[in-house]
Amino acid sequence: MSMTYSYYKNMQLNNIIFVYQGEVTADLVSSILQMVENKLEGEGEDRKVKKRVFNVMVECLQNVYHHLDALPPTDPSNPVRDKTALLMIGREEKDYYIITGNHVMNDRIPEVKARLDRINRASKEELKQLYQEILTGTGFSEKGTAGLGMIDIARKSGQRLGYDFHPVNDKYSFFSLEARVSRIPEK
Amino acid sequence: MRNLVIEPTSKTPKVILNADLGIFEITGRSIPEDAIGFYRKVLDWIEEYGKSPLPETTFKFQLEYFNTSSSKCLLDIFRKLERMHKSGHKVSIRWHYDSDDEDMAETGQDYQALLDVPFELVPV
Repeated sequence: MSMTYSYYKNMQLNNIIFVYQGEVTADLVSSILQMVENKLEGEGEDRKVKKRVFNVMVECLQNVYHHLDALPPTDPSNPVRDKTALLMIGREEKDYYIITGNHVMNDRIPEVKARLDRINRASKEELKQLYQEILTGTGFSEKGTAGLGMIDIARKSGQRLGYDFHPVNDKYSFFSLEARVSRIPEK
Repeated sequence: MRNLVIEPTSKTPKVILNADLGIFEITGRSIPEDAIGFYRKVLDWIEEYGKSPLPETTFKFQLEYFNTSSSKCLLDIFRKLERMHKSGHKVSIRWHYDSDDEDMAETGQDYQALLDVPFELVPV
């Protein structure tokens, strides 16, 4: 029990308003969205900011949800056979941040990294073009988004996406993604 | 043709497709994980309606939120309406959005630019 206070202090210091570690299901995603939405509502956050945070949160959480679904569940070197991930939302003075963490297969890293780097290099106008290209293209997977989610997160965030791949074993790494939403409404 | 009405949930919008009046509406939130699964019924219905549509069809969209997997399904709906329009039927799309929601206004403009069908942006 002695750890409780340090968990509390740590969360407080890092401005964490919500953290979850465990299995990610569609119902869980719904509950988190509802809870955070109520919290933003209750604290009288600016409507535009609230909408952006909600939008970015939807994409980040569903991105993890779809991704976990694609991992081979019976692979013995998969560190998480139960679709667990880390979901975290925080509020700093200037920004909200949404962080997700989940395992990815190492062979997918170059593709994900290239996509994120491309998004981070793109201007606002280029992101819009990229979005439209994917939206109207035919390469839409049954799974859903084929990269649209990340672009949408970047467009709504207006800031660079932070990311990291932490090696876990020879087949898996832990991928974390951070998206920020400014608390200062435009104009 | 039977009308299609789908009641809203916390992740899916209210859908009213009225074949007697030619009045269609999608309102609320559209953030399902499986958007294709949700919209399949809607798309099939519109496809069927498009075979012999009323002389005039109005489709109102008023979405508070939608996720990227819904965005492709919306485009699929718009394409079907565009086809009706091109085959000589009167079709109009009205994209309602909260007047201070710039993101939703921009999304409407994005769709407008991609389509060849009357598409009106309606701030509310």
